[in-house]
Amino acid sequence: MTAKVLIADDEPNIVVSLEFMMKRAGYQVLIARDGPSALEAIRRERPRLVLLDGTMPGMTGFDVCAAARADPELGGMKIVMLTAKGRDADIARGVGAGADAYVTKPFSTRDLVKMVQEMLA
Amino acid sequence: MTSAAISAPLVLTVSGLYLLTLFAIAAFADRRAAQGRSVIGNAWIYTLSLGVYCTAWTYFGSVGRAAAGGVWFLPIYLGPMLAMLVAWIVLRKMIRIAQSHRITSIADFIASRYGKSPALAALATVIAVVGVVPYIALQLKAVSAGYQILTHGPGPQEEALVWWRDGALMVALALAAFAILFGTRHLDSAERHEGMVAAIAFESVVKLVAFLAAGAFVTWGLFGGMADIWARAKELPGLTDLLRIDRGAGGAGFPYAEWFGMTLLAMFSVLLLPRQFQMMVVECVDERHVKRAAWAFPAYLLAINIFVLPIALGGLVLFSPGAMDPETFVLSLPLSQGATALALFAYLGGLSAATGMLIVETVAISTMVCNDLVMPALLRQPWFGARTGGDLTRLLLNIRRAAIVGVLLLGYLYFQIAGDAYALVSIGLISFAAVAQFAPALLGGIYWRGGTLRGAFAGMAGGFLVWIWTLMLPSVAKSGWISDGFLLHGPFGIGWLAPESLFGLTALDPLSHSLFWSLLVNISLYAGLSLARAPSAREASQALLFVEVFAQDSGQGREQAPIFWRGRARLEDLTGLAARLLGPEQSRRFFEDYARETRAPSVAEIRADARLVDRVERRLAGVVGSASARVLISKAAQESPLGIEDVMEIVGEASEVRAYARALEKAGAELREANERLKSLDQMKDDFMSSVTHELRTPLTSIRALSELMLDAPDMEEPEREEFLGIIVSESERLGRLVNQVLDLAKIESGHAEWRIVEMDLRKLVSDAGRSTAELFHQKNAELILTLPEGPRLLRADPDRLTQVMVNLLSNAAKFMPETGGRAEAVLREEPGWFVVEIKDNGPGVPLADQATIFEKFRQAGDALTRPPGTGLGLPISREIVERFGGSMGLVSQPGQGSCFSFRLPVGREEAARNDSNS
Repeated sequence: MTAKVLIADDEPNIVVSLEFMMKRAGYQVLIARDGPSALEAIRRERPRLVLLDGTMPGMTGFDVCAAARADPELGGMKIVMLTAKGRDADIARGVGAGADAYVTKPFSTRDLVKMVQEMLA
Repeated sequence: MTSAAISAPLVLTVSGLYLLTLFAIAAFADRRAAQGRSVIGNAWIYTLSLGVYCTAWTYFGSVGRAAAGGVWFLPIYLGPMLAMLVAWIVLRKMIRIAQSHRITSIADFIASRYGKSPALAALATVIAVVGVVPYIALQLKAVSAGYQILTHGPGPQEEALVWWRDGALMVALALAAFAILFGTRHLDSAERHEGMVAAIAFESVVKLVAFLAAGAFVTWGLFGGMADIWARAKELPGLTDLLRIDRGAGGAGFPYAEWFGMTLLAMFSVLLLPRQFQMMVVECVDERHVKRAAWAFPAYLLAINIFVLPIALGGLVLFSPGAMDPETFVLSLPLSQGATALALFAYLGGLSAATGMLIVETVAISTMVCNDLVMPALLRQPWFGARTGGDLTRLLLNIRRAAIVGVLLLGYLYFQIAGDAYALVSIGLISFAAVAQFAPALLGGIYWRGGTLRGAFAGMAGGFLVWIWTLMLPSVAKSGWISDGFLLHGPFGIGWLAPESLFGLTALDPLSHSLFWSLLVNISLYAGLSLARAPSAREASQALLFVEVFAQDSGQGREQAPIFWRGRARLEDLTGLAARLLGPEQSRRFFEDYARETRAPSVAEIRADARLVDRVERRLAGVVGSASARVLISKAAQESPLGIEDVMEIVGEASEVRAYARALEKAGAELREANERLKSLDQMKDDFMSSVTHELRTPLTSIRALSELMLDAPDMEEPEREEFLGIIVSESERLGRLVNQVLDLAKIESGHAEWRIVEMDLRKLVSDAGRSTAELFHQKNAELILTLPEGPRLLRADPDRLTQVMVNLLSNAAKFMPETGGRAEAVLREEPGWFVVEIKDNGPGVPLADQATIFEKFRQAGDALTRPPGTGLGLPISREIVERFGGSMGLVSQPGQGSCFSFRLPVGREEAARNDSNS
């Protein structure tokens, strides 16, 4: 059984790399390119894990994360926030929104894959 | 018509229960105040407490007045309504002054203004006592009459009661107890009597509701509404006249003088009656409450007057002429119809109107008598030295208590002697006219610095004497106690001295006549004597503190008022004096607070300087009044008398200090502002850095991730590898472009950019830029049209930079070209004084939400998917460049219908351009 992973990011080239990575690691990959469709995909597809960009149009990743966490039916879903903003305040915001992990861009592909595998083990 | 009566024990029990309720409310409010949870600290309670204006005179007298003169009862309420319109200005100033000087009464207020003169305080007290005692008698009479009507049934009253069954005496004694309990709780009269205020507010509610209930009963219970009363009153002979507005108390034709006189009188009295001053000024918790009272109190007056005419007319219609005193209609109408419960309630309303007035008036008067008549006399006694002797607080409280009992008994005595001599209304008006004598000195005193003690004293004394002669004596004579011959023929046959027609003035009614002459004499003496001789130093200094009260106290509790005192004082003398008058406990707390405020290490180390003396004097003024406090301080300290030059000098110093404080404040504000600006700049820099970081990290992320993936996956398919490498190359280019543009923008913004300014042809520049970007449009199968004028368009600018702007705008347009049918147009045209370049496209347009910010950094429109690669810095850089040459950029766009970016440059701005040139 392959786990579903949702990639939510508005930068097409980053999506290309994340998609390649996750597929290679054996996961079923879903893609969303803005906040509202990310939330919709989460509700519809119930992925085991979401790689969520912090700054997306329509609805920020922080808000998507908070909305997902407020939904009791989505318990057990892992959320990894990815963001290019590296200030402490942003990290605090991500953790405050209820993310399981917070990864700063640019990231190490190996570390990210390892983290995802551990979370879904 | 049935005639009912209520048993005396029932009426007494209900009255007693009502008074007990008052005691309970007052006790509750005082207990709350002691716990620091005041119940009177709101504007509604303040407004209701002003309702003490409506006494038994209102409650019973207005109806009597309306029954005799129609709408002629109205001016007494129009005056206060008008007065409240200006209350925000005048009353607020009075309150601010009273709180700053710890004023205890109206006599104290006036005396304090004119150099804290004991003589003026005494005169004002005498006027108040003489003017108000008959008014107190009137309240007792009203209670007594009401009681008789309830217990004996309506109709003419017969025998007098023995004293122990005399309701009026019982009420007087009960109220004396109330006033003593709740009016002399603290010695410091400048402190509020919370219990009393709460009880008065309650009474205002009771009398309003009771009167409205009686009015509604008459209007809808006995008649079929207001219109019915009107109609039936019109049928009666003699009543028609009542309903006409152009009818005075006696004569024909609209009585302008009477209306004016009455309204003016009522305007003054709402501010100047001792009880009004007590409630409005002394007991005021927060001057902002005046704002609400300014409309709510007139509304209260309106409400309590609504049923006056209906009750009066109803009584006249239902009772046969002369059978019933109109002043008792409120009680006799319900009673005659057997509505005993309502009659009892209406009686309670009248009782509340009377008791409210009695309580506040006696507390106010007793404070004046104690501070301004008894204290000065005591201070003259050798044994009453300021430096010797023990605690005086008990003595002072007892004086005040005795004064309360004395004033009430005086009122009772007056009632016994003169009880039936006047109609209720005339006593009230006589009191009003007496306190109107305060108006020139008080109002002049808070707006005119030139008013002097001599002027104020002579004015008040003169006006008061005229009042006695023209109003007081005639009313005594009309009661039959002295021969009334002098009324007609003047004293000793001197006709022009006749009290009600001085100098042959016969055109006015007695009240207007008295008001006219007394105020004329008062104002003339006040203004004339004030102008004749300059004020003394002490008067000038107090005048300044009163008139300029708002300048000294900016309302933030900071004391910047100048201190007019020089001399030497010993701390022990001041602490000793304070302990005697405040009591040891209060005194200790006062000095401890002062030590903390002046940062003295302990009470013993307080500096006995002018500031301390001034503070002690103000504190004592709250206890014994300003005049007595002045005498006490002058005995306790060695003063150097101040000359007028000293006063000017102190004022100068104080205004220097104030100017310095203002300058400091201004400098502080400037610093704060600069700090705010720096902070916001800092914030902007922070945001910029954050945005740049974000923009740099995004391509870096793709580059790093894809490179790592290629490194880790040697088995990758060739097409995929090529795609990844392509992305890496384009993201590297994006990164390089971004770095260049950030540096470029930073250089322009910091003013370090190099500008090569030459005379150039804008037409050629636009056409060249079009040619160099033609390929971009070609790739999108779009066409670019250039619409240019004939011949060169010359201006001085940097052609490389302007080319940068053109290329940026054109490549933006190319980026947003639709898949098919793309079309863009570059236009150069002229407006007066300007060259305008427009680049129009038929792309998707700019969303409305983004239009305002599109020229800001990193504000690319649209989302990453639909948006072509760009750094978000092209437009901001273009704007910086265009603005550098005195121009501006613009955008007009309807989403879905393309956009039009434009920039304009001034024609012939050579000078500026040359000066800016640094190449």
